[in-house]
Amino acid sequence: MTTYILRRLIQGVFILMIITTVSFGLTRLSSDPMAQYTLGRVSAEDRERIRKNLGLDQPLPVQYYRWLSLAVRGDFGYSITNRQPVSELILQRLPQTLVLMVTAEVVIIVLSLLLGVYSAVKQYSLFDNVLTGLSFIGFSLPIFFIALALMFIFAVQFKEWGLPYLPTGADVWEFTDPYELFVHLVLPVASLAIIQVAGYTRYLRSSMLEVLSQDYIRTARAKGLIERLVVTRHALRNAALPLVTIIGLDAPALLAGAIVTETVYSWPGMGRLFWQQAGRGDYPTVMAILLIVAVAVVVFQIITDVAYTFIDPRIRLS
Amino acid sequence: MSQASDTLTPPIAFDAAAAESLAAPLSPGQLAWRRFRRHRMAVFGSVGLMALFVFIVAGSFFYTEKYANRNDVLHRLEAPSAGHFFGTDSIGRDLFARIIYGGQISLIIGVLSVALALFLGIAIGGTAGYYGGWIDAVLMRFTEAALAIPSLFLLIILGKLFGSQIPTLTLLGRTFSGSVIVVILVIGLTSWMYLARIVRANILSLREMDYVAASRALGVSNLRILLRHLIPNTIAPIVVSATLGLASAIISEAYVSFLGLGVQPPTASWGNIMDQSISLIQRGVWWMWLFPSSFIVMTILFTNFVGDGLRDALDPRRKV
Repeated sequence: MTTYILRRLIQGVFILMIITTVSFGLTRLSSDPMAQYTLGRVSAEDRERIRKNLGLDQPLPVQYYRWLSLAVRGDFGYSITNRQPVSELILQRLPQTLVLMVTAEVVIIVLSLLLGVYSAVKQYSLFDNVLTGLSFIGFSLPIFFIALALMFIFAVQFKEWGLPYLPTGADVWEFTDPYELFVHLVLPVASLAIIQVAGYTRYLRSSMLEVLSQDYIRTARAKGLIERLVVTRHALRNAALPLVTIIGLDAPALLAGAIVTETVYSWPGMGRLFWQQAGRGDYPTVMAILLIVAVAVVVFQIITDVAYTFIDPRIRLS
Repeated sequence: MSQASDTLTPPIAFDAAAAESLAAPLSPGQLAWRRFRRHRMAVFGSVGLMALFVFIVAGSFFYTEKYANRNDVLHRLEAPSAGHFFGTDSIGRDLFARIIYGGQISLIIGVLSVALALFLGIAIGGTAGYYGGWIDAVLMRFTEAALAIPSLFLLIILGKLFGSQIPTLTLLGRTFSGSVIVVILVIGLTSWMYLARIVRANILSLREMDYVAASRALGVSNLRILLRHLIPNTIAPIVVSATLGLASAIISEAYVSFLGLGVQPPTASWGNIMDQSISLIQRGVWWMWLFPSSFIVMTILFTNFVGDGLRDALDPRRKV
């Protein structure tokens, strides 16, 4: 076990090296951080001085090495456009991102469990058929379609019809006010949830059906156990195993936020920060977000694999 | 029938058709086609895709591309009417015509970026699986690295990288924004990873087969073994992931264009028609997002139906 974890960690470091090298090269080449200092506003000497100060006169490998040696110590440098420390910029966005993504994830898991189990237990019932159809459609819908549709119906049309309506997110509001936070959360969370629930429900339904047809379930029923306990205690525990892996692999995305949803609902999260700063050539911020996400992915993969051996003792790591 | 063939005299009622079908057993391809035809949703999906294809091709005979790109400031943001079936956008371009031409662009982007992703996925997965050892280790770490970054983040960075200087292209008498090529590259470069893993896993087991050892003994070159024996034998997952890849490529195009980093106007794509729809929707302009995104959703649904059908049809364990 210890050697396994160690080996995975070494592999992880290797992967992170590839990611940072490639993405540093790409982000640095993709846009010029000096573009904001146009010659009209800044004199040529000042431009040269700023370039030197930012270390942009050095060759790319040297810039990469400098960035990396600071980043491993947790120093992501200063944002090129805001002149704020990158860590500060990210910490400002982190609470909003986590509130949105964690709420969405909780809604997603609860709904998927309920719907998946119910439709497997009532296989081929009207409910099951409708849900299977809907989840196939939901699974195929792009997030911007759902986000825009929900916004149009519940924010724009409801307002027009004089019904109680939800905000579009374009207004100014207080993040710390629980009521305002709640009404601003409803639509983005719903948008994020619909697609994921559709996917997870399909998955859980088929794995529930597989488990429910196994012998030990028949044994449990034969010994007179009530159906609710058979389903929740015997079947669900095994059927939910594959879901653990999937959620473990999806969880790191929570940190990264959801670019499209945050853009549509003007949610001040990390995804939108990434998009905005990538457009401005702010490579310290972009690299920091990428690094955080990549580390989270690598770590969660290892945790998921290891946790799996505890949940399912039949699995041996090699 | 088998008992009858044991006897010396042929059965009295000699059924030529039955004999024919016995003589020539169905090829795996024919069996797959038979299974595919029985898959109702898959057939529905294929018909739907064909209808969409006919719409965007035939439509260009009724509307010129010049008309689709023509501004008309006097008729800005008009709701759908008999003159403009899908309404007009913020500078008065006819959305019906833009959807026709945008569909062509979106489809071209989908097909070509899938082709690129297939090439990369097969090349990388095939090499890693066949050669094994350190080549496999390096290539797979690289694949995992590419998977560890959410694809939309990669799309944005690559879109920025290639998108800075875009020439205009003329092809077959039509002018395209060069951003079309950029989007194809960007999507192709971010969607080969899953296929590479599938191909690798398949080839890992196939390369231990006797016929591969036999080919080697005959002195067949590695490249030829890979291209003639191993890759064709993993064609089923390749076909399935190409189909499903088309759906996700069209979504990806819409994502990047929606975020303003994709296909640049005046060239229309289903994604960039929706470019400004977030702010416009708050003013009650619903036709700017509803029509393009409905076409995207239809394409994706139909493609997924076909992909599902293909997955079932190409699985040899399934009975007809």
